[in-house]
Amino acid sequence: MLEYVYQATGLLLIAFSLQTFVDKSNNKRIGTGLFWLIYGLSFTLGKILPDWFVGLMVLVLTLIAAGGFMGTGTYGHSDAKFRKSSAEKLKNSMFLPAIIVPAVTILWSKVTGSSALIGLGISAVIALAVALMVTKGKAKQSLNEGRRLIDAIGWAAILSQFLAALGYLFGEAGVGDTISQIVKEIVPESNLFAYVFCYTFGMALFTIIMGNAFAAFAVITTGIAIPLLMIEQSGNPIIIGVIGMLSGYCGTLMTPMAANFNIVPAALLELKNKNQVIYMQFIPGLLMLTINTFLIYFLAF
Amino acid sequence: MIDLWPLIGIAVITIGFALRLNTLLVILVAGVVTGLVADLKVLEILSILGSSFTNNRYMSLFILILPMIGLLEHYGLKERAETLISSIKNSSPSKVTISYLLLRKVTNAIGLSLGGHPSMVRPLVAPMAEAAAVAENSDLSEDKRLRVRAFSAMSENFGNFFSQLLFIGSGGLLLIKGVLNDSGFAMELEDMYIWALPTAIASIIVFSLFAKLEKKRTQVRNTLQEKEQC
Repeated sequence: MLEYVYQATGLLLIAFSLQTFVDKSNNKRIGTGLFWLIYGLSFTLGKILPDWFVGLMVLVLTLIAAGGFMGTGTYGHSDAKFRKSSAEKLKNSMFLPAIIVPAVTILWSKVTGSSALIGLGISAVIALAVALMVTKGKAKQSLNEGRRLIDAIGWAAILSQFLAALGYLFGEAGVGDTISQIVKEIVPESNLFAYVFCYTFGMALFTIIMGNAFAAFAVITTGIAIPLLMIEQSGNPIIIGVIGMLSGYCGTLMTPMAANFNIVPAALLELKNKNQVIYMQFIPGLLMLTINTFLIYFLAF
Repeated sequence: MIDLWPLIGIAVITIGFALRLNTLLVILVAGVVTGLVADLKVLEILSILGSSFTNNRYMSLFILILPMIGLLEHYGLKERAETLISSIKNSSPSKVTISYLLLRKVTNAIGLSLGGHPSMVRPLVAPMAEAAAVAENSDLSEDKRLRVRAFSAMSENFGNFFSQLLFIGSGGLLLIKGVLNDSGFAMELEDMYIWALPTAIASIIVFSLFAKLEKKRTQVRNTLQEKEQC
């Protein structure tokens, strides 16, 4: 059943790629179109193709992205005047399709007992149908709008899958063992609080270095949380994982590497000091990090 | 002696990010180098990359909701949110930023990314907060004005970060699930999002606290200024 949801996602991506190929206004339409085409094929054919071939496709995706062959086109997006009058007409009914996604997803998994991922696929279709009814828009326009958003995300769309693969390779190479040995050197007796502290502050520190909590999560969770907190101390993996990620976000508040969140706004707001947003967020961020540490310590064990 | 070679991938990532190279390229090189250090053959590394990519396709299912969100934006979703924010009565800087923070959290929890520094903070939240601060005190110093703006940027980040994982289909939750599944810990999304709630609530309290502190700061500075003027 889940495989159908993947097929649908793949077909959507392939549709985006076909639209991109004929979008003359995108002067990088070949690269952009190829990227979504290959990515879409990895969804529809992922189970059939040999793994090394999918690996090769991933390699090509990386080269297209790293070579700067992706760009944006035109999507028939509405002008400000139209959006304003439409917003006045539709009012809060506009939020209805959006609420359907989490509501139907949760309902699906509660009623059928099957994976919430299938519910997510089904709710996406229902929500789109409701959105078309509420706005009286055209299906083709929704496809164009979807492409507008995916082009804005660009290669970052595949980042999560990429990081999962990295985490897996790190596991194979024994990165987790090495880091947990180092942590054990520093924390001689298996002091639970010190382990939790190492995990949450390690997440924040790596996020500060990498500027991205997702990348830190794959490394630090396989390194500290899985061997020390989940296996040795048998903590609840869901609680540790979720609040661990949120600890990484605390690091995002403190780093110039997360330029879009901290440096770009300083420029947009015409602040004199480009680090002022970071200074402002540092102590609140540290406080949130401390709170997260205690939340894991008390909730997960 | 601890064998430090497995950590070479982390070194590659740190250097690559510091050099601002493309993220995907850096991660790919880090993965390949780590694999080679672990005595894997190139074809094996490609296979691991491919199978992991296929097994984790669910991480990118958020793509399915993009046409719906894009369509709503076409019909003025962001404009509607602007109307809601600008309808706040008797505004003060803390009221504006806290209301925005709450709106951001509620909409994030249903998977709508309504805000953003370019689309909401710059044109709306910061000017409203600054205007409210000026209304309270007409000769607000330049420094203080800039602080109000920076605080508006913080309301965006605080609102956004500490509510993302409340959405059942969020990329963050899917990544957590993927990394832990690969290590043998099975979990379902519907058991996960609820654990983002304690931090979300804590972040509202922490933010309100700092909004109060900011307010105090202005008042103290104002009395100081008045004394100096006397």
